[in-house]
Amino acid sequence: MSERSLIVLQRLTAMVLAPCVIAHVAVIAIAFRDGLTAGEILGRVQDNVGWAAFYALFVIAAAVHAPIGLRSVLVEWGALPRRMVDIVMAAFAVLLLITGLRAVFAVVWGAP
Amino acid sequence: MTDTIPVRVWRGGDAGAFQTFDVALRDNQTVLDIVTDIQRRQDPTLSYRFACRVGVCGSCAMTVNGVPRWTCRTHVAKVAAEGVLTLEPLRNLPRLKDLAVDMTPFFDKWQKAGGTFEGRKTRDDAVDPVKPGSRARKAADAAIECINCAVCYAACDVVDWDPDYLGPAALNRVWTLVNDRRHARRSDTLDKAAQSGGCGSCHSQGACMRHCPVGLSPTESIAGLKRALLFSLLGGRL
Amino acid sequence: MIARHRRDRAYLAFLGHRISGIGLAVFLPLHFIVLAEVLSGEAALDSVLAFTAHPVVKAMEWLLLVLVCAHLIFGLRLLMLELRPWRGRGADRRGWILPGLILALAVGTLAMLGVV
Repeated sequence: MSERSLIVLQRLTAMVLAPCVIAHVAVIAIAFRDGLTAGEILGRVQDNVGWAAFYALFVIAAAVHAPIGLRSVLVEWGALPRRMVDIVMAAFAVLLLITGLRAVFAVVWGAP
Repeated sequence: MTDTIPVRVWRGGDAGAFQTFDVALRDNQTVLDIVTDIQRRQDPTLSYRFACRVGVCGSCAMTVNGVPRWTCRTHVAKVAAEGVLTLEPLRNLPRLKDLAVDMTPFFDKWQKAGGTFEGRKTRDDAVDPVKPGSRARKAADAAIECINCAVCYAACDVVDWDPDYLGPAALNRVWTLVNDRRHARRSDTLDKAAQSGGCGSCHSQGACMRHCPVGLSPTESIAGLKRALLFSLLGGRL
Repeated sequence: MIARHRRDRAYLAFLGHRISGIGLAVFLPLHFIVLAEVLSGEAALDSVLAFTAHPVVKAMEWLLLVLVCAHLIFGLRLLMLELRPWRGRGADRRGWILPGLILALAVGTLAMLGVV
């Protein structure tokens, strides 16, 4: 993927992630406030396509955003060769995508 | 008996050491005056670079008490509050000897960034007027007075960390070109700004704009390049 | 010692954004894997929720909330810097940095305490 695409994707995913993070923090705060048990949390999200779509979008945006950011860190602070960093970060993106979507599936539809 | 100030001066290249000179203090003395005083009265082998002495040529930048500065317009009284001056060559560039660095990488990256103007017209065409009040002209105006002193390049941490990073000055120049309506290859210029080590490597730490002696803001210029990249996406370029 | 060219709020914002980003990138796969593993049954999730009652785990949760809020706020500042042309003084949004940090700490703490 070109450097240009990565620069643009980092900003676009940031714009998707900002409202997602606000919503997620709100969900966490409400869960803490109401002292929700596991059953209650699951009761609210299970079999709910809206929640599934929201968290799937969240996961996809994060799986693109995090590796691009970490890539700069590894090049600048790790002093690692760019090619190597690119390969490792592509693998990291795939890892985030698979584990993340699996987690969304597990939360909304039970055991994968 | 005049007052003197101890001045620690870097001697040698990468391998070297500080040598301390006591220099007489004078009214309205600049750091460049101090260096010249040392070379004329104490050690003629001291190497440093200067030309105009009035803040136009951009050749006398050094690290003064840990901060990159243009020495010809830096008053000793302002920077030596603790009564000591420590002078080193600019950071992030190869040290040649004493206070002189090799500026080659700085100018090579200037070329690599692609800040070269290309016109559409020939000498037979009428002059293409640029409206002074236009948005693009104002954006270019804000960035155009760079004197190539490399103070921003020395202040930037990303330049230090990533040898491929083009640096604030070169990208600032590209931003002026992107805003020049007479420039024939705006799209190519923007492509080059997005190269590996281009504007995407800037993290807006702002050291360049805080240290720029002529008050430019390369941080703002580079932010403008990133914005132009995002908007070019609307035109179908990714 | 902090080098002189770094003594500025904008450098603090850079460090905060980067360190919170690294922290979140490390946490994210663990978060996903644990979620998927324990959701085979509600009992398993309850055992995880019991585990989160441990003070050290509570402190980690608080830290993560603060990190994600800080990363969000510093990220919004960067988007602001990059998406809008700069106009006049304050366009570098240095004024957002310390209040943003305090806001991140406050939101993280209040959410943990169940106040909000």
